[in-house]
Amino acid sequence: MNEGNTHNNEHHGVGHIVDWKVLIGVLTALLVLTYLTVKVTEFDLGPLNIVIALGIATVKATLVCLFFMHLYYDQPFNSLVLVSSVLFVLVFILFSLIDLSAYQPDIIQDYISSMRDPAYPLDEPQ
Amino acid sequence: MGSESRGILQDSGRTRRRLTMTTETQAIDKSGHDHDHGHSPYLQHHFDTMEQQFNSGKLGMWLFLATEILLFGGLFVAYAIYRALHPEIFEYGHHFLDPVMGGTNTAVLILSSFTMAAAVRYAQEGKKTMLVACLVLTLGGACGFLVIKYFEYSHKMVHGVFPGKFYAPDDHILEEELMGAHGHGHEEGDGHHEEGHGHAAGDHEEAAHEEPAAAPMVVSQTPPAAEGEFVIEKSQIAEAGGGPEGLVGIVQQEPKMPKRPEKAHVFFGIYYLMTGLHGLHVVIGMCAIGWVLLKAMKGVFGPEYFTPVDLVGLYWHLVDLIWIFLFPLLYLID
Repeated sequence: MNEGNTHNNEHHGVGHIVDWKVLIGVLTALLVLTYLTVKVTEFDLGPLNIVIALGIATVKATLVCLFFMHLYYDQPFNSLVLVSSVLFVLVFILFSLIDLSAYQPDIIQDYISSMRDPAYPLDEPQ
Repeated sequence: MGSESRGILQDSGRTRRRLTMTTETQAIDKSGHDHDHGHSPYLQHHFDTMEQQFNSGKLGMWLFLATEILLFGGLFVAYAIYRALHPEIFEYGHHFLDPVMGGTNTAVLILSSFTMAAAVRYAQEGKKTMLVACLVLTLGGACGFLVIKYFEYSHKMVHGVFPGKFYAPDDHILEEELMGAHGHGHEEGDGHHEEGHGHAAGDHEEAAHEEPAAAPMVVSQTPPAAEGEFVIEKSQIAEAGGGPEGLVGIVQQEPKMPKRPEKAHVFFGIYYLMTGLHGLHVVIGMCAIGWVLLKAMKGVFGPEYFTPVDLVGLYWHLVDLIWIFLFPLLYLID
């Protein structure tokens, strides 16, 4: 991760210049993965579909972060900031879903629809 | 001197790097670059070196991006909860989003992300013309994204597909249009769709006038049991319209439109909020890129000072990142 600080001969400035090959390679990979994620929806794989879709999205996001956003060449602390924020979002989502499933057995089916005024088809007050 | 004593306070790895940096700057000074005692005109007084200034700026930007991720994280939680509770509204709602437009927008954003990365590269190399060209291309990509988004939004809103309590869809027109749009995409894959949605067409108000025609007609192509019904329906259509072929095509595709679930408006609330907040970020990103473009045209940026290009680039890549997740989550549900 420290390549960023070994400057090559032509470059006297700060930061790391990303190779054209890397940039174009990442661009190609992103476009191919986008095509793939659209194509894979044609197959009905049940619950696997969303796993595959999110997996491809995560690979794409990682490529963008590492090379377009220079994290591969940066000081590792920047990656730490990103990873920690993503971790907290995951904790947020997971704990919300765990909480949601925890009280599912106690829910009285159709309770809300039995309480609703049939004059208003939507939940919101109008 | 100051830089070295500060460096000691930090870990040894950084100190070593700082020392290399200092010797390198001295080497550059001797080689006749326009540093005054290693002091660039862009170096703020509270930083020791350009490297430190650059890294601090980047760290600050990453902290800001972390808050942006947390901001969108709240919306992803809303998405996850509603999808876990009511998967049917997402399966219904995604029929109203065009994956071709969404996919095009993904490609447009990825391309503009690439031109932004290229712009950072050209700024680092001090190639002003190419930097300006790349920034203009990035702005063009952003405009393209918003134009496509405008068509998507207006197409929904003109038919009353608004979020939340404003949701008042004009089913008749909308579904007719959807049938046209989806018909082209799914023509070859007709076979496996009918049985899934066949029952739905029956209780739909829109299908009232030719309701029996829909499901049996397509099904009858395979099982001979429905032969009798098939004949009746065929004759009905011939009487009604004088039988243009196009009408038959529309009737056949009707079963694909599922019945509207009770809470369908929630999907559009989530859709408009997530894509809307993302769109707002695109607009803010365009303003930032425009500001960098103006500075670039003045020739401000070069190998030792390109931080604004880099940081605006980081912001623009984040906008791309968010869309990379929004696209499959909203458009590619199946």
